[in-house]
Amino acid sequence: MSLLTLSFTLAFVALALILSLWQRLGLERDIAVATIRVTVQLLIVGYILKAVFTLADPVFILLMIAVMLAVAAHNAAKRGKGLPGPGWRVLAALALTEVVTQGFLLALRIVPPTPQYVIPISGMIIGNAMVASGLFLNRLRAEAETRRDEILLLLSLGATPKQAVLPLLKSAVRASMIPTIDSTKTTGLVQLPGMMTGQIIAGADPVQAVRYQLLILFAILASAALTSIALGFLTYSGLFNAHQQLVLESGRETNR
Amino acid sequence: MFSSHAADIAVRFIHVSKIFSAAGSRVAALCDVSGEVPRGSVLTVIGPSGSGKSTLLALCNLLLTPDGGEVWVLGREVRRWNPPDLRRAAGLVFQRPAFVPGTVLDNLLLAARLHNRRAADPEAYLSEVGLPADVLLRDPRELSGGQQQRLALARTLVNDPEILLLDEITAALDPSASRDIESLILARRAERGTTVLWVTHDWEQARRVGDYTWLLVAGRLVKAAPTPQFFENPPDEQVQRFWGGEPEGGKMS
Repeated sequence: MSLLTLSFTLAFVALALILSLWQRLGLERDIAVATIRVTVQLLIVGYILKAVFTLADPVFILLMIAVMLAVAAHNAAKRGKGLPGPGWRVLAALALTEVVTQGFLLALRIVPPTPQYVIPISGMIIGNAMVASGLFLNRLRAEAETRRDEILLLLSLGATPKQAVLPLLKSAVRASMIPTIDSTKTTGLVQLPGMMTGQIIAGADPVQAVRYQLLILFAILASAALTSIALGFLTYSGLFNAHQQLVLESGRETNR
Repeated sequence: MFSSHAADIAVRFIHVSKIFSAAGSRVAALCDVSGEVPRGSVLTVIGPSGSGKSTLLALCNLLLTPDGGEVWVLGREVRRWNPPDLRRAAGLVFQRPAFVPGTVLDNLLLAARLHNRRAADPEAYLSEVGLPADVLLRDPRELSGGQQQRLALARTLVNDPEILLLDEITAALDPSASRDIESLILARRAERGTTVLWVTHDWEQARRVGDYTWLLVAGRLVKAAPTPQFFENPPDEQVQRFWGGEPEGGKMS
């Protein structure tokens, strides 16, 4: 596809802009910014990927994965505002997930260790883990606020911090996994996943494309669970201070 | 002040202060409170809303940390305790009981489950607080206020606390239900020598159940005396102001 043919598709953007203006949605600015951003980002990434693929040097693969992890962690950590210092914890949880799932795929030689496989698969794993950790942090904070009396009760009965937040962690892990599970159930019926669509457009056998898509779906399921549970273990201690009191803003005790 | 032998003292406050900062301003919830509660005695703490009564209790089981001074519980400063051990030894019953999702039984056996202990006989705990055994499988939120408070009390007693910290536990109950709870706690004290720190809004209750009574006003301990003397002498000006100006059963924040 040439850049000229691609530019025709800007008509879709124009349509969105016109609708926004017509209905006074006030989204014109956001639409314009999003369009420019995604175009620049993806074009640059396209050239970077091309360079990485030609060089086929593991250092560049690792570098790209590190950038993905950093951006994803930064993004997800925003959901955890009010929880003490979640930044590095999210990064650690995402990195763990990436290492375990990608490591499994490589170790069993399910996918070859070439950038064409490792980078897109990592992108999908990290992207989904990012969404899961954002949901997890959001839910954990909300639960810690609404179920504060329950936590205080458990502490007052002599629960350790871990015991006191376990019910919250469970419900936050569950909340973070439900979208992944739901979308897994309807995959193929409601939407054809992007990777599979891409492979089919590029001329691959649909049956082969489906197998790769299943691989990704299974990896994503595992990564959602892994990320949330790892994050749970890493974050719960931050809800408490040295005296095992519940703190929601860093350092401050919660008063009844 | 610290005349009695240390082993006879269950709780000792030494120049305790506690400050809350909210929206940029700092409020002293407690200011230079000193005093001691002998083992096996019932201390009733009275005072207007916001006078620091609940804060005083939360300092005893380290749900709050003192900002100044020291709080000694059973011969050890609270910050030297392992918090879960302290909180089992000094059991707090909240004014508004919270429940974990589940049945009465689930809530009753919380403490046993937390500490990997088998509670021999859940029905015995219920009957100790005067609850019938047939509520075991019900949702605690369906119980009446009085029954909920009995359950909350029973739940704390499962830990066998040496000290009971009671935060206006009869505030929402009618007089006869309050009396029932009072006799339950006094019976427990008589049987096991439990020390009780009892925060109450009810002047008459403080007089009925207390061995010692403290009056807190604006975070300061303004009067402390054995209960008979506390109520026997004509109340001084500060006591009268509290007594006259405070609507009964008011809510504590």
